[in-house]
Amino acid sequence: MPEELFSIKGTNDGLLVSLSTTEKWQSVTDALAKRIDDKRAFFTGAKIIVELGARPVPKYELSSLKALLERRGLSLSLVRSDSDTTRQSARSLDIRTSRNSGRAASARKPSLGKPADADATGSRGVIFRRTLRSGRTIHSEGHVVVFGDVNAGAKVVAAGDIVIWGKLRGTVHAGALGDESAVVCALDMNPNQLRIASYIVTSPPGKRSDILPEVASIRDNQIVVESRD
Amino acid sequence: MGSEEKSRVGAQVITVSSGKGGVGKTTATANLGISLASLGKRVVVIDADIGLRNLDIIMGLENRIVYDLVDVVEGRSKLRQAMIKHKRFDDLFLIPAAQTRDKMSVSPEDMVQVTDDLRQECDYILIDSPAGIERGFRNALEPADEVLIVTNPEVSAVRDADRIIGLIEAAEKGPGKLIINRLKTDLVRKGEMLSSDDVYDILGLDIIGIIPEDELVLSASNSGVPVTLNMNSQAGLAFNNIARRIIGEDVPFMNLHGNPSLLRRFLRLFDGR
Ligand SMILES: Nc1ncnc2c1ncn2[C@@H]1O[C@H](COP(=O)(O)OP(=O)(O)OP(=O)(O)O)[C@@H](O)[C@H]1O
Ligand SMILES: [Mg+2]
Repeated sequence: MPEELFSIKGTNDGLLVSLSTTEKWQSVTDALAKRIDDKRAFFTGAKIIVELGARPVPKYELSSLKALLERRGLSLSLVRSDSDTTRQSARSLDIRTSRNSGRAASARKPSLGKPADADATGSRGVIFRRTLRSGRTIHSEGHVVVFGDVNAGAKVVAAGDIVIWGKLRGTVHAGALGDESAVVCALDMNPNQLRIASYIVTSPPGKRSDILPEVASIRDNQIVVESRD
Repeated sequence: MGSEEKSRVGAQVITVSSGKGGVGKTTATANLGISLASLGKRVVVIDADIGLRNLDIIMGLENRIVYDLVDVVEGRSKLRQAMIKHKRFDDLFLIPAAQTRDKMSVSPEDMVQVTDDLRQECDYILIDSPAGIERGFRNALEPADEVLIVTNPEVSAVRDADRIIGLIEAAEKGPGKLIINRLKTDLVRKGEMLSSDDVYDILGLDIIGIIPEDELVLSASNSGVPVTLNMNSQAGLAFNNIARRIIGEDVPFMNLHGNPSLLRRFLRLFDGR
């Protein structure tokens, strides 16, 4: 049922929340609030991009949505809309706006075609191609790959695995929706805090001298970190 | 990236920013302005720290202010009338910030307008940002062709610098270059202060200059004669070197007493370009 009211997708710029353009505003925002409350760990600190399609949203409605998010520690970073009214509302609330929507992202997306016999298929995930700096977050309902460092003060949250082709200094949470088989890999593993599903480890004090690629996973009810050879 | 390639006429706009406050933005802006002017460049420095202006004091021009940036933006003054000529350099001007207004009285678009109006008539426009990531920072960032990020070699300052660099990159004004200010070589040697290598390791950004801690900076600021004009100041010399790198000279890094690995890092860094 909630699927019809809104959908959520991870992107490089934050969580893209697309709200139904036809359902009642109140029902849509109530459902969204409930979803956030149910999956708090997943959403914490996320930047939210709201996609509103053609629905004209008056200022008071948009401002209540903004407040709803902010009360839950989320920032509304961008409103995408085709409606002048909505964009006007957003601007008067000092929220960045952009004209629609899927235009660039989905319309031109090339199709892979249907593989006859692929070993794996799937579409959800985020690839971030530079260093993730302090204060920035990546959220994804799939996997996350970072080609760069994850600096102290930065955060990656994924429902799936997290692969960092660089130094990990920040906070990561793999399997954030509860998947205990999720893993975290990094070329230099030195996180502030590392979580998998509901397990958590914080960085041991002191510098390690050896720098080698490692994988963190859950085994026997605890997080273990080991190099693969 | 690659904001330099943006089609640009006339002056280069260089914004001096930082994450944490009090790390030396205003000091750097004043000194780089003076150094560039002493190298024969036509320079305008703009104080974008509305409400907390102090670039005028450090440059010794406080008592000459009649109009300020907000007067220009709100149409009470012509741009020219708000430009204060420096006492010693005929081609160095300051546009002061307003002292009583808040940051919202200037918009990023206003800053683009002001700098565009100036570009034809000078070589460099330096903008001193306020601390923080709010409107004032946006104002200073919007017209920038190049951003210099000032940090002190301390964990908290570097963390905040990292944050601001992220915002600069997101605004496609990156990657920017780093000024490490107030380095104390004796503390670095004792392992009590981050070295410039450490800072580079965390931020991964080119370093355009390292300024040592120098007590002459404070007295110079108080007297309104920035430290670059003092031949005996190590910090002054270091600021001068940055100015020369800005105009494209290949200036080797000062040897801040016996940290060979540091020197090597920079030679490597600058050979690459
Ligand atoms: N290299 C240096 N050696 C010694 N003192 C310094 C040095 N650089 C700056 N200072 C001192 O640090 C203080 C803060 O400098 P400054 O006002 O330039 O910082 P700022 O980043 O502009 O601060 P704000 O964020 O408040 O605008 C001043 O007292 C200045 O004299
Ligand atoms: Mg200042």
